[in-house]
Amino acid sequence: MNVPGNLRYTASHEWVRSEADGTVTIGVTDHAQAALGDLVYVELPAVGRVVAAEEACAVVESVKAASDIYAPVAGEVVAVNEALAGTPEIVNEDAYAAWLFKLKPADPTAAGKLLDAAAYQATIGEA
Amino acid sequence: MQRQTPLNAVHRAAGARMVDFGGWDMPVNYGSQIEEHHAVRNDAGMFDVSHMRVVDLEGSGGRDFLRYALANNVDKLKTPGKALYSCLLREDGGVIDDLIAYFLREDFFRLVVNAGTADKDIAWFRQLLAARAAAQGTQPVLVARADLAMIAVQGPHARTKLWQALPGSEACSAALPPFTGVAMGDAFIARTGYTGEDGFEIMLPAPRATGLWSALQSAGVRPCGLGARDTLRLEAGMNLYGQDMDETVNPLESGLAWTVDLASPRAFVGKAALAGKPPARQLTGLVLVDKGGVLRAHQTVRTAQGMGEITSGTFSPTLNQSIALARLPAAVVPGDAVQVAIRDRELAARVVKPPFARNGKALAG
Repeated sequence: MNVPGNLRYTASHEWVRSEADGTVTIGVTDHAQAALGDLVYVELPAVGRVVAAEEACAVVESVKAASDIYAPVAGEVVAVNEALAGTPEIVNEDAYAAWLFKLKPADPTAAGKLLDAAAYQATIGEA
Repeated sequence: MQRQTPLNAVHRAAGARMVDFGGWDMPVNYGSQIEEHHAVRNDAGMFDVSHMRVVDLEGSGGRDFLRYALANNVDKLKTPGKALYSCLLREDGGVIDDLIAYFLREDFFRLVVNAGTADKDIAWFRQLLAARAAAQGTQPVLVARADLAMIAVQGPHARTKLWQALPGSEACSAALPPFTGVAMGDAFIARTGYTGEDGFEIMLPAPRATGLWSALQSAGVRPCGLGARDTLRLEAGMNLYGQDMDETVNPLESGLAWTVDLASPRAFVGKAALAGKPPARQLTGLVLVDKGGVLRAHQTVRTAQGMGEITSGTFSPTLNQSIALARLPAAVVPGDAVQVAIRDRELAARVVKPPFARNGKALAG
């Protein structure tokens, strides 16, 4: 499975990218999309919503099942990927390009404390 | 310990995602479930269904026994090879399993039962046979065929591709009518399936399964997992045992009244519980009208006639919308608007009569 070295990860299979403007971009990992199978519906949080770390704030549904997506860090939702409404399958095609939402973190250092690529690989048994 | 079919290593080598299904280690998909689904609707796909159990009834008295044991009437089987879909019922009308019965000769009937229920079914048959033996004398012998593998080849091009892959199969199956089977040496070819498409189910000695699988793949038949099998059967309006019905419901409230023969005078197990008792509930179809999720089993359905529940739900690749089977109050009719609870919302759905799709075409939507 593809686990890029420049991203941070959660044990619940979100990836997190710290942006130059201080926001973080969040998506689901390649491992997660493969386990879920073909995605057919994505529900995203409202822009402006304030979420706690580990709060369920989005849902991805595959043909098989619905799964909650958790906020990796506390913060405010500042953008969502509108393209997912009509084409949820882009997550299957490239899980790291098809982001879900962006947060402005309450604590700018929080994302740096998440799992690195090696630690995430260990959690999915691929270390 | 999970059980494995003779094709297990082939699935793993093909990179299949494997899951536990009724105690069996089975492929759920080989990449994209939706692409596998479309392959069956538009071309040809194959499924390893070796986990299903073949049970033969050998010797005289097979027809008499099945006339009593099954809810559908084996007297409908007049031509050798003809198949019958039936429920196996408890005395209280609860569904023990659904199965296909083939009439091959008067001294040879073949049953195909579900994987997860096979041991239970066989025990039930043995119990009925023993009781009848005590009362009426000699009964047919039940032979559970763990030595057979089964491959389903389904889709509009399944026939020609099987004929390409299996020498001699065209001669014996070209004239085979739907829902009929024929022996081909130590194999058996039936024009049956669980997808709503034309095709065959081939039962053959386990050591020959990998050879046939690779020959089919060379002929252009796409390997498909249980994921696509589930979306195909749901579009075709076919029940899944354990999900759409089980021992707590009867066939009349499971969309299967057409398979219960209450008209003939014969006695059968479960008849007394069903005769003259119109069901309060029915199993029918739903299509999701609103955006906002996917219909799934156990979601609650609110109708003008009372509450109900979804038994199977999915996203339909053929209709490109979410569909379901739901157990609803009997007074609900096709076209009715209902509300389905999905997460924190109620979404609008419409009642439709299954099937949703068959022979490559969307029907209800």
